[in-house]
Amino acid sequence: MTSFSWPARLSGAFLLVVLVAACFAPWAAPYAYDAQDFMNILSTPTADHWMGTDRLGRDLFSRVVYGARISLFIGFATTFVALVIGTIYGSVSGYAGGKTDQYMMRIVDVVFSLPDLLLIILLTVIMGRGMAGIFLALTLVSWVTVARLVRGEVLRLKEFPFVEASRALGAGHFRIMTQDILPNMIGVLVVTLSFRIPLAILAESTLGFIGLGVSPPLSSWGTLTNDGWTAIKFYPHLILFPSLAIFLTILSFNFLGEGLRDRWDPKGASRI
Amino acid sequence: MTPLLKVQNIKKYFPMHGGLFSKVVSQVRAVDDVSFDLNRGEILGLVGESGCGKTTLGRMTLRLLEPTGGQVFFNDEDILKLDHKALTRLRPKMQIIFQDPYGSLNPWFNVERIIGEGMRIHKLADAKNLAEKVEEMMVKVGLLPKNKKRYPHEFSGGQRQRIGIARALALHPDYLVCDEPVSALDVSIQAQIVNLLQKLQQESGMAMLFISHDLDVVKHLSQTIAVMYLGKIVETGPTEELIREPAHPYTRALLDAKPSTNPKNRAKKAPLPGDVPSPMNPPSGCHFHPRCPEAHERCKTEEPEIQLINNNRSVRCHLFDPAGK
Repeated sequence: MTSFSWPARLSGAFLLVVLVAACFAPWAAPYAYDAQDFMNILSTPTADHWMGTDRLGRDLFSRVVYGARISLFIGFATTFVALVIGTIYGSVSGYAGGKTDQYMMRIVDVVFSLPDLLLIILLTVIMGRGMAGIFLALTLVSWVTVARLVRGEVLRLKEFPFVEASRALGAGHFRIMTQDILPNMIGVLVVTLSFRIPLAILAESTLGFIGLGVSPPLSSWGTLTNDGWTAIKFYPHLILFPSLAIFLTILSFNFLGEGLRDRWDPKGASRI
Repeated sequence: MTPLLKVQNIKKYFPMHGGLFSKVVSQVRAVDDVSFDLNRGEILGLVGESGCGKTTLGRMTLRLLEPTGGQVFFNDEDILKLDHKALTRLRPKMQIIFQDPYGSLNPWFNVERIIGEGMRIHKLADAKNLAEKVEEMMVKVGLLPKNKKRYPHEFSGGQRQRIGIARALALHPDYLVCDEPVSALDVSIQAQIVNLLQKLQQESGMAMLFISHDLDVVKHLSQTIAVMYLGKIVETGPTEELIREPAHPYTRALLDAKPSTNPKNRAKKAPLPGDVPSPMNPPSGCHFHPRCPEAHERCKTEEPEIQLINNNRSVRCHLFDPAGK
């Protein structure tokens, strides 16, 4: 095992700060997300308002901090649920093999070939603007990737002699699955998690940007960029800071993912 | 006395898919109509080149692989007819040691867990005496019990193979398949492992199917040898007799292929010409005829039946057909 490289460490530290700020937003943010300061409408960054204020006089820094809550929650929650569903589905498919595997994977192919954005837009339109719709839509499009990956891993791992050894000892399918196959997949799963979370954050931002994000006065990073881009010529800070938050977070996740991969999964199969 | 293991006409055909709709276009006859008996306490050496079906055969005798046809009787019970539950009950009695000492141990478990796994599954020990039994097993196979909390990657190939042996023997099997247990090890370690297996076999009196491509190793261990070529057993017999007077031309070739340490004995005979034919498309008649120095017309068209040479020996070759060549 190698130690983490400095970009990975720095990224980890940055993400930790963002995460803590998001969790403790009421304390981390200097103002409430919907508090208006009528004396300072559309102000540029000052000592009072670190990232300036928007057209309603709301503190942008506070809104970015509160926005982190929603963006990160969506990122983590959808990825986690997708990972659980995808892992179970992919494991069953790969382990069962044969016809079962074929049918299960054709379903994955169908879901996979639906255009992501269209599906997400349709679902959010049907479910209404809000967390539930976004969550459901993002989970629906991302579990299939995990399922494919996990299936591949199961197919690879189940051919190892230690699996056959377990069968020879008399272990049942459940035991083999949970003790021989799943533990040996953890590295790959952790790495996948770290690469899928930023994608979900990005997807949420995209939704927010095209106007399908959470409703005001709530803010996510995506809806903040949407607020900002109309005034991009005269008040560029309104789009700059939320975009920067998205950019730095995604970049950090990717660096951290690389670091985790080097450590957990250097050749796609670390410990075997 | 009935044999411990009776294998009858066992077959394994792997379908080959091809074409647009992946129809079954042909079959690979990995193991084709093999029968043999194994008595209690007997060591049967199974010899043959890579790809001749030795491993497939070994796995089928444990029903780790479903045969295409045939029967396997273990203690007079046809194990191919058993349901999952009954088979699980029988598992401790038949164990296997693998060729690859690296892939055969789960990297997530420590040695104690690996060796104790079988006893845990079959509830052969409670928590306290499980640890004791594991340590006992470790000592038996020459591992230090103080290393029981270590993980497989902390051990060398030979030590890992000892862990694999301990895992199999912890269940006190009556029948053990050794699937080329030493071919992945250094020569110096090979002898240690072979001697260990021999010692353990003598102590426990279990029967062994020892699969190897190395006649020397098999010669050292087994009372009986079966020689396999392209999915069929071509010759069986007591070890000494078979080595002294090999009947099948293939057995002779295998014995001659062994490099000699005595320069005077070297290069007396030409090595076997050609490669092992593909089992996807085996030669007509006797599968060995394209490489056989004594092949004649009949060998090209007609497949030889098993001929008994005496009570203990059989050979699958036209040369021994009493009806003549």
